[in-house]
Amino acid sequence: MRTPITLRLLSDQRIAWFLAIMAVVILAVPVLNLLVPQNSIFHVPTYIVSLLGKYLAYAMLAVALDLVWGYCGILSLGHGAFFALGGYAMGMYLMRQIGARGVYAHPILPDFMVFLNWKELPVTWWGFSNFGYAMLMVMLVPGLLAFVFGWFAFRSRVTGVYLSIITQAMTYALMLAFFRNDMGFGGNNGLTDFKDILGFNIQAQGTRVALFVLTALFLVAAVLVSKFVTSSAYGKVLIAIRDAESRTRFLGYRVERFKLLVFTLSAAMAGIAGALYVPQVGIINPSEFAPGFSIEAVIWVAVGGRGTLVGAALGAVLVNFMKTWLTGAAPEFWLYGLGALFIIVTLFLPKGIVGTISQWRAARAERRATNAVPAE
Amino acid sequence: MNVTHSLLYLDGVSVSFDGFRAINNLSLDLARGEMRAIIGPNGAGKTTMMDIITGKTRPDSGDVLYDGGIDLTKMDEAAIAELGIGRKFQKPTVFESQSVEDNILLALKGPRGAFPSLFGWRNRVPKRDLDGVLDVIGLSAHRHRPAADLSHGQKQWLEIGMLLAQDPKLLLVDEPVAGMTDAETETTAQLLKAIAQDHAVIVVEHDMAFVRALDCKVTCLHEGTVLAEGSIDAVSSNERVIEVYLGR
Repeated sequence: MRTPITLRLLSDQRIAWFLAIMAVVILAVPVLNLLVPQNSIFHVPTYIVSLLGKYLAYAMLAVALDLVWGYCGILSLGHGAFFALGGYAMGMYLMRQIGARGVYAHPILPDFMVFLNWKELPVTWWGFSNFGYAMLMVMLVPGLLAFVFGWFAFRSRVTGVYLSIITQAMTYALMLAFFRNDMGFGGNNGLTDFKDILGFNIQAQGTRVALFVLTALFLVAAVLVSKFVTSSAYGKVLIAIRDAESRTRFLGYRVERFKLLVFTLSAAMAGIAGALYVPQVGIINPSEFAPGFSIEAVIWVAVGGRGTLVGAALGAVLVNFMKTWLTGAAPEFWLYGLGALFIIVTLFLPKGIVGTISQWRAARAERRATNAVPAE
Repeated sequence: MNVTHSLLYLDGVSVSFDGFRAINNLSLDLARGEMRAIIGPNGAGKTTMMDIITGKTRPDSGDVLYDGGIDLTKMDEAAIAELGIGRKFQKPTVFESQSVEDNILLALKGPRGAFPSLFGWRNRVPKRDLDGVLDVIGLSAHRHRPAADLSHGQKQWLEIGMLLAQDPKLLLVDEPVAGMTDAETETTAQLLKAIAQDHAVIVVEHDMAFVRALDCKVTCLHEGTVLAEGSIDAVSSNERVIEVYLGR
C-alpha cells in the first residue's frame, strides 16, 4: 500500500515497455533526422518527423479519451472538440506571431480579418500574442467547456448512449459555429500560414524536431498522469462508477463530482494534444470539430485496448499509420477499411490489442501456476 | 418504555399501499448491540419494515426513533446512511472487475470526496483496517482476486464485509443465506454472530436452521404486525406461528 508512486508506476509492465519505447523514439528520431546524412537509407526526412509528431498528438488525444471511456465508462463522441479548441488557441498565438508578414501586411490583424474589412482585433483574440496566456487558454478553454458541459450532464444523471449523443451534438454545434466567418476564427479556412513559434521558424528542421520531441514528452506525461490518477483510490472509484454506478452512489460517493473532475482533466489533456498538433500540421480548421473525427478517436482507443492507456496510444499510432498508407495507396478504400477494422476489433478483439495480450499473459501465468502445483 | 436505552424504536407504525396495509401498528424495540432475527411468511412486511427504517418508504403513522430520539421518518436515505445505518440488499452487488481488497477499500469509512481519494486519505488506508475486515469475512486468502471470480456465497460475505467497512451502528441484512450451501450458511451464521459482538444487527431470513444458529431473539411478523417475539424455541412452538408460517 505504501510503495512510493514512482516504484508503483515502474512495476507496471505496460508502462515500463511504453517508457522504453518512447525513450528510443525520442532519441532515435532526432538523431536519424539531424545527424544521419540525407543520402543514407537510415535518414528520416523532416516531413516524416512531423508526420510522427502528428501521430503522437493523436495518441495523446486517445489517452485522454481512454481516461474517461476506459476507466469511467463515459463514452465521449465529442472529444475532438476539446482537441480542436486547444488547437485553435495555439493557432491564434501563431497567427499573432505572423505580424506584418501577412499578405495584407497589417501589423496587428490576421489576413482574414483584413479581408473581412474588420478594423480592430476582437476581444476573443486579446492577449494571444503572449505565449504564456495562449498556453493557459489551451488548457483552460477545453477544460472550462468540459466543466460546464459535465456539470449539467452529470448532475442530471445523463449516462450511456444519451451522453454520447449530446457530446456528439456539442462538437457538431461547435463545428457549425466555427464555420461562420463572423465568429472571428477564420471561418471554413481556419487558421494557417504560420511563420514562427517563440521566434523560431516553424518550417525549420530544428524547430520541427523540437516540436516532435516536445509532443513525445507530453505524451509520456499524459500517460504517467493518467496512470497516477487511475491507480489511486480515485481511479478505483472511477472503475466502480463504470461497473456499478448506483452501488457507488449507495456507498456514499458523489458520483457526479468524480465524473466531472476526470472529464475536465481529460478535456484539458486533449486541448494540449491539439496545441501540439497544430504547429506540426500547419493548419487548424473547423473540420477537426467534425463528429467523424471524434468517432475515429474512439476507434483508435478500441483497437489499442480501452482501459489500458498505453493501448490507446498504440491504437492511435497504428490506425493513423494505416490511414496514411491506405489513403495514399487506395484512397477510396480507407473508410471501408476503418469500418471493417472497427467490426473486426469489436468481434474478435473486444479488449483491443494490449488488452488481449494482457489476457494471454494472465492465462499463461495461471496455467503455469496450476501446472507447477502437482509437480511439487 | 425508555427510548434512550434502545438503538432503534418503532412504535405504532402503519403504512398502506393502495389500501393494502403492508405494516399495521408495528412496534419493535432493538437494544444497543443487539442481534435480532425477523421471520415471517411472504408479504408479512419484513422488507417494507427495512424500507421504513432506511428512509425508502415513509410510514403513514407511528414513530421511528434511532439512537436516543432521532426521528428517521423525517430523513432521506443518504442522511440515514450517514447516521450509521447500513443495509445489504438480497441480491449481492459487488464491484466485479476489482479485487476483493479494493472492494473493501472503496467501502471503508472515511472522507468520500474526489480529492481525498486522489491524493489523500484513501490512498493511505492502514493495512490493518483492511486486514481486519477481510479476516472477519474470511476472505483474506482471496484478497487479490477479482470479485467476479468469487462464488455466490463469497460475494455475499464480501458485501457483508463492505457493509462492515462502512462501520455502521446498525446493520440491516436481508436474506443473506438465500442460495447458499449448508456449509456456507453455517459460516454466514458464525460471521453474523461475530459482527453482532460490536454492532446491532437485524437479519431477515426464511431459513429456520440458520435463524436457530444465530441464537438470538426472534420476531415473527405476520400481516404487518408482530405475531410473536422471544427465543427461537418459544417462537417456533407458538401455536399461531406454526399455523401461519412454519406449518404443521
